[in-house]
Amino acid sequence: MLNKRLKAVSVLLAVSVIGFTLAGCSKSNTSKTNTEKVVNIYTWANYVPANVVKDFEKKTGIKVNYSNFSTNEAMLSKLQASKGGTYDVIICADYMVQIMAKQKNVLLQPIDKAAIPNYKNIDKAYLGQYYDTANKYSVPYSLGSEMIVYNPDKIKKDIKGISDLWDPSLKGSQVLLEDPRSVIGMALTKLGYSINETDPAKLAQAKAELAKLRANVKVFDADTPMTSLINGDTNIGVMWGSQASAALKGNKKFKIVYPKEGMQFEEDNLIMPVNAPHKENAQKFINFVLEGKASSDITTSIEYINVNTAAQKFMPKTVLSNKAIYIPKDEFSRAKHLQDVGSASKLYDSIWSEFKQK
Amino acid sequence: MDSKLSKGLERTYIFCIFAFLYVPIAIIIMYSFNAAKSNVVFSGFTLDWYTKLFSDDDVITALVNSLTIATFSTAISAVIGTLGAIGLKRHNFKGKSVISLLVYIPIVIPEIIMGVSLLILFSTLQIDFGILTLVLAHTTFCTPFVLINVKSRLAGFDLSIEEAAMDLGASKFTVFRTITLPMIFPAVVSGAMLAFALSLDDIIINIFLSGPESTTLPIKIFSMLKFGLSPEINALCTIMLVTTFVVLILSQGIKLRREK
Repeated sequence: MLNKRLKAVSVLLAVSVIGFTLAGCSKSNTSKTNTEKVVNIYTWANYVPANVVKDFEKKTGIKVNYSNFSTNEAMLSKLQASKGGTYDVIICADYMVQIMAKQKNVLLQPIDKAAIPNYKNIDKAYLGQYYDTANKYSVPYSLGSEMIVYNPDKIKKDIKGISDLWDPSLKGSQVLLEDPRSVIGMALTKLGYSINETDPAKLAQAKAELAKLRANVKVFDADTPMTSLINGDTNIGVMWGSQASAALKGNKKFKIVYPKEGMQFEEDNLIMPVNAPHKENAQKFINFVLEGKASSDITTSIEYINVNTAAQKFMPKTVLSNKAIYIPKDEFSRAKHLQDVGSASKLYDSIWSEFKQK
Repeated sequence: MDSKLSKGLERTYIFCIFAFLYVPIAIIIMYSFNAAKSNVVFSGFTLDWYTKLFSDDDVITALVNSLTIATFSTAISAVIGTLGAIGLKRHNFKGKSVISLLVYIPIVIPEIIMGVSLLILFSTLQIDFGILTLVLAHTTFCTPFVLINVKSRLAGFDLSIEEAAMDLGASKFTVFRTITLPMIFPAVVSGAMLAFALSLDDIIINIFLSGPESTTLPIKIFSMLKFGLSPEINALCTIMLVTTFVVLILSQGIKLRREK
């Protein structure tokens, strides 16, 4: 008898505890409004340097919750799950802005330029790009580009562009990014085609071209390509600007070359999700990172290209003279932007797997 | 002659296995003192990364979050797992074999499926993502480990001891406290330690269920890959390793002292 009652009471207790907990949790969702002095940032770790975050917190008294993702795609699935809420400011890649803007239920909200006075600091050359021609949803944050880095002591040939990488004298000496679009893009560039080529005939030519390059490649590394350059494993490589800058820090003799055919650029942007819980704080944050001093601090720390005109007078000499970070604007006019190739992705995948297998 | 050779082979074999396990860890520790920001070239001894680690609020917050979630989910899953194992052992009821199999599901299921399904569940119930959702999720996949551990320990357990105690007038709870629990305690502890390690290590479920204030350490480290891992993380790993070793050595010491 006692047993049965105990059982019934404990079951009832368990159910009611669970019920109250869940009910309480769902209520708290509606009470969180714009009045909290909090802003939720979502981007790669250390992409907004710690000192910039601290400066913002000190200046405005708004606490920053800095959450991290490792890939744009993971960010998108999280944003979709929270129906465009939870986060206030997201920094992500340009192609992802294009993907999100094209969706049926757009998860971004238009940026109110009037609420962000420092928007005028952005260099006009970097606005109005293919992924958001009116900059309706995005504010450029930084710019990355792929360049060639080599050791002039080991490589006597004068390297001027991507086509030079095919030279037979460079056998077994190269490090390339482990990125199919980057490497196949190199072959397409050499043949004079677009890096977003979808024509199977042209892709077949690129595949044949790549086969000739294979003997020159020693290492594939997308995360730390500068490592094999620094320790002498390879003598020449293609990598992003921040990685090139790290390579130079490892060995000051290295030379940086902007490929004469034009570089692949990727722009990262600040965006606001459509249901951002703290809209005003988000605008204050975006305005803050567009300030000259903050922008200069960001560039010095992350070593990506700066797109802010007001930042120049704050930037230290070391940054201004760093070929990996401070790239003349006319290079950008010959920029190649990576775009989604749709159904041709399968062709790219098969070319890539065959290339790597050799 | 024969035994000398086999002893030599034994020693070599053990040495190789341990080297395989511990050389990578030793390298991590070594590079936490590296003067350059590289993971490949060692250029000088410095303690800078340790000072940088302690002043890096983001990493410390992530570590605290990870430890908090791990502690809570381990505690809850230890209780649920132990009680579940005892219940399955003591009683026979309808559907017992089904439940015994269902218990394995959180272990077998791919983490992505668990992560996505819990994400949908919590979004529908409109629960904010944060420490609560993470503890709930971690408890779910940690409980089976404790349960299986305790269950296997109970398999060799002789119920007649319990019955004898009850015959002598002890209540069910006293029996549990004084007889059952001490006997299964090692299994509970080892199950809990396994649960703790799994919870600390988890990344897929954390990616889906973390909120803006609850980034965990694995998420932070993965996200740092874009800019290259800083030796700060090596410093953090070294500290965690040293702590683990100290705890293990202490617990072994206490155990040996007790057995004397």
